[in-house]
Amino acid sequence: MQTKYFASCEILCLHSIFFCNFVFSTVYISTTETTLHYYLFHTFSGEPFSMNILVGLSQVPDTTTKIVIGADSKAIDSKGVKYIMNPYDEFALEEALRLKEKNGGTVTAVTVGGDTAKDVLRTALALQVDKAIFIKSDSADSFVIASNLAAVAQESKPDVILFGRQSIDYDSFQVAPMVAELLDLPSVTMTSKLEINGTSLTAERDIEGGKETVSASLPAVISAQKGLNEPRYPKLPDIMKAKSKPIEERAATATAARTEVVGMELPAAKGKGKIFGDSDGDISELVKLLHEEAKVI
Amino acid sequence: MKILAYLETLDGALKKTAFETITAAQTLAKQSGGSVVGLVIGSADTTQAGVYGLADCLVAKHAHLEKQSTSAFAETIAQAAKAENADVVILPASSTGKEIAPRLAVKLEAGLAPDTVAHEIAGGDLVATRPVYAGKARLKVKITTAKKVVTIRPNVFTAKKADAAATVANRDFAPNLSDSHVKATVTSVSRNTGKLDVAEADIIVSGGRGLKGPENFHLVESLAGTLGAAVGASRAVVDAGWRPHGEQVGQTGKTVSPTLYIAAGISGAIQHLAGMSSSKVIVAINKDKDAPIFQIADYGIVGDAFEVLPKLTEKVKSVVHR
Repeated sequence: MQTKYFASCEILCLHSIFFCNFVFSTVYISTTETTLHYYLFHTFSGEPFSMNILVGLSQVPDTTTKIVIGADSKAIDSKGVKYIMNPYDEFALEEALRLKEKNGGTVTAVTVGGDTAKDVLRTALALQVDKAIFIKSDSADSFVIASNLAAVAQESKPDVILFGRQSIDYDSFQVAPMVAELLDLPSVTMTSKLEINGTSLTAERDIEGGKETVSASLPAVISAQKGLNEPRYPKLPDIMKAKSKPIEERAATATAARTEVVGMELPAAKGKGKIFGDSDGDISELVKLLHEEAKVI
Repeated sequence: MKILAYLETLDGALKKTAFETITAAQTLAKQSGGSVVGLVIGSADTTQAGVYGLADCLVAKHAHLEKQSTSAFAETIAQAAKAENADVVILPASSTGKEIAPRLAVKLEAGLAPDTVAHEIAGGDLVATRPVYAGKARLKVKITTAKKVVTIRPNVFTAKKADAAATVANRDFAPNLSDSHVKATVTSVSRNTGKLDVAEADIIVSGGRGLKGPENFHLVESLAGTLGAAVGASRAVVDAGWRPHGEQVGQTGKTVSPTLYIAAGISGAIQHLAGMSSSKVIVAINKDKDAPIFQIADYGIVGDAFEVLPKLTEKVKSVVHR
């Protein structure tokens, strides 16, 4: 099967050299020949292909964390903070696993972060991802993080790259489109529904007051919104097994940051509000204040 | 600093975010000693931009821009920024703006400050303030590159009318685009007709567990209807399937900053507070006087939302005459 797959592809590639020059020459200007080869491989072979999936995972403080500003006033005090996998990344990981189950292939999870962030890769390994890559970096700059992720993708040439729509710590919403731009690929953010047929995808994304249907070709970058799927939980024996699975560590790229944190503060505390009972008189007074004092109705 | 303001349009008209973007751009231009040029993509009536003081506006047209591909939009804005020699590009942190800005920043080799709520020029540098940890903290970020990209959180920079309205001079801008710039394309758009979205509303009325069941949400809808408000929901009732996910306000839902936020039967879990605490005026209705929501409320009613909402709706009707 595998031999036939390769054989048919080789022939197609030979046949397609001229064809590809005018069909795809504009699509992958900045990418490598291998990517072009990939594209022909999947588009014209007509055989079921196995999907190479890359999913980016980050570690964030639990949503119930009470934020305390650290001594340097530039980040939070991490003492006593419980860290979890970024909730939106759970949807991305689940989608990656489902795509593999449907199409065959491999799922690689990658994390850029401090040492403790390896924990999210352990969770991913417990959920049966095939490979885990850890890149140590304490940078809070999204461009640095995106560049590191793009470097991994450049090497492994995934068909689909998945992220959560944003990390719930810095809420930047930057990484997925930046990675797509660095790789010259299409991107769909805030994806609440994803369908992949061969090398084309249709996705639904949330917009103000509605939804948008977007289509694109693979390879593509997708960021997951809540509602995309229902993430599974790892089983206890798998959690135990994951502890001894390998995590590949890579050095961070030498990318210069483009932003610098100059300070972090808590939002200004609010003054004491005016609190009333629930009598008719109280409710009338509230409406009067909203109209005359706050002038919001 | 020369500032390029990307103005969003819908059905040929400027969106509300466009006027906020103009205001933010002009404030920054004034602080840094510079000027503002607007940019719209596609056909749009820009007259209204003059009311907010914009006098100079590029209008970009190209067949490749018709499919609403964010990669083609980003390329167009990048080319306009280069042609105008802009130091800063400001965009709204809308669903589209958030997808364009990171691409634009890569193209311009610019640092990006996303979802900002304030800007200052300090020692010649642009320092932006933005909420992080879903609003539990505020981060001040300096952009260290020569070219800078900033997105602004909707509803925060209140659009300010100019003392004297300007006449907008439109200049045609023809970007140089090829097929490769069109990547993901929009094939259809469905809007929730007749329903305001929490992300865009000036007033939001949200309901939580205190409503006791999905069948009682008509009480929330009724007050929202009276106020011309959007209906929001807590995570608990969305997870319970009472309300659609699109209405969820909070850390794993939408972050909102309306003029008025009314929380009915919501105790105020930290995830919820994170998503709405930057609202200008907060009203809480809850029967538990110790509920955390009261700590951030400007006004509160200690009572059962189930009983308070119908009375409140009646009294509001007499004030708003809608």
